[in-house]
Amino acid sequence: MSTSTESGLVLPTYRRDPEGTHPPLDSPEYRSTRLRHPKQPLVLLPHKLTEVTGPLLGYGRVGESDNDLTRQHPQEPQGQRILVHGRLLDGDGKPIPNSLIEIWQANAGGRYRHVWDNWPSPVDPNFDGVGRTITDDEGRYEFVTIKPGAYPWRNHDNAWRPAHIHFSVFGTAFTQRLVTQMYFPDDPLFFQDPIFNSIPDEKARQRLISSFDMSRTVPEWALAFRFDIVVRGREATPFESPEDEEDE
Amino acid sequence: MSQGGSRLSSTPSQTVGPYLSIGLPWEDGPTVVEEGTEGAVWIRGVVTDGEGAPVPDALIETWQADPNGRFDHPDDPRGAVPGFRGFGRCPTNDDGEFGILTLLPGAVPGQAPHIDVSVFARGLLHRLVTRIYFPDFAEANVLDPVLNSVPVERRYTLVARRTEDGYRFDVRLQGEGETVFFDV
Ligand SMILES: [Fe+3]
Repeated sequence: MSTSTESGLVLPTYRRDPEGTHPPLDSPEYRSTRLRHPKQPLVLLPHKLTEVTGPLLGYGRVGESDNDLTRQHPQEPQGQRILVHGRLLDGDGKPIPNSLIEIWQANAGGRYRHVWDNWPSPVDPNFDGVGRTITDDEGRYEFVTIKPGAYPWRNHDNAWRPAHIHFSVFGTAFTQRLVTQMYFPDDPLFFQDPIFNSIPDEKARQRLISSFDMSRTVPEWALAFRFDIVVRGREATPFESPEDEEDE
Repeated sequence: MSQGGSRLSSTPSQTVGPYLSIGLPWEDGPTVVEEGTEGAVWIRGVVTDGEGAPVPDALIETWQADPNGRFDHPDDPRGAVPGFRGFGRCPTNDDGEFGILTLLPGAVPGQAPHIDVSVFARGLLHRLVTRIYFPDFAEANVLDPVLNSVPVERRYTLVARRTEDGYRFDVRLQGEGETVFFDV
């Protein structure tokens, strides 16, 4: 299906995700949603020119050691060195090449390098916890980093966030913009985490858990985890038949 | 595209959390065009919550056409026009304030000039999407199909106000004067 705008431009439209894929904005268990979720219903926005285009951010946004979070200081950070890799794909399985991926995370002790984070776990002077990279021609990306620790927060009594890495991706259209979190397999803290559990669909929730990837571990150097990121695909090819082009 | 090809399910969204400001801001993020660019305007605003308190851990992103209504993007069926980044990004400060320096977008076919906005924050499990329209284009705004799909008494939340150095566009996440947000 395609959108023939008032001007006769033929544009792709992006498939909307099935109910349950994304968390509801009003998620009472995650207390910060209480005063921040809109109470009025969202208004459906058809996919027009502004929505089917988007910033194509690639080279020039990334410095040399931005994808290796263990090499941003004179010395190496503390913790378990890991390789985090995967592919950025659209919902049709097509890789998205040359696309910016940004990550941020806590250090091995679960502490962020942020002025507001001051729980009693040490800051690591050799770890900023910030990375950027660009996907290659097959949509692949790779970071070297440190396995982040779990951290406490005040959401509920004795609340702990499971270890996670924050991810930000753009895809190629405004409709595809996504910020998410990658988790690690078999984390014992999932059951009590209202952010992870805010995703209604169990299968969708599982897609945020990376898989341990023995094949990409580096002997005597690093463990490896794989995390593929999928952004919305397009509806079937827009027809560009003469009728459509004349369509007003 | 690949009709009947392998369909993959989308990765779910999660909140940016309270520490987004270590990972997402760029030094040149707020300046879609360099300071001193002819015709550049500041779009400034405050993000507030359901009690009217400023939100100091939010990030605003903007995406827009150039002054001629064109995009630097291959899916613009009229052809990509390079040279205008079209993308702005600004975290809120301790008072919930943000500012984006840009050029007014031109009209895109069939629509009034507008800027698409994403709002990210702690407490938002999914980005919010809204649009900025401009009072200068009142006639085009009346005909705009997206503005017309919004209940008439709420349309004002999408129209920026003129200020000395540009425009004011506040984002009210909840409650009195709640900004219109879109399901994109
Ligand atoms: Fe976090």
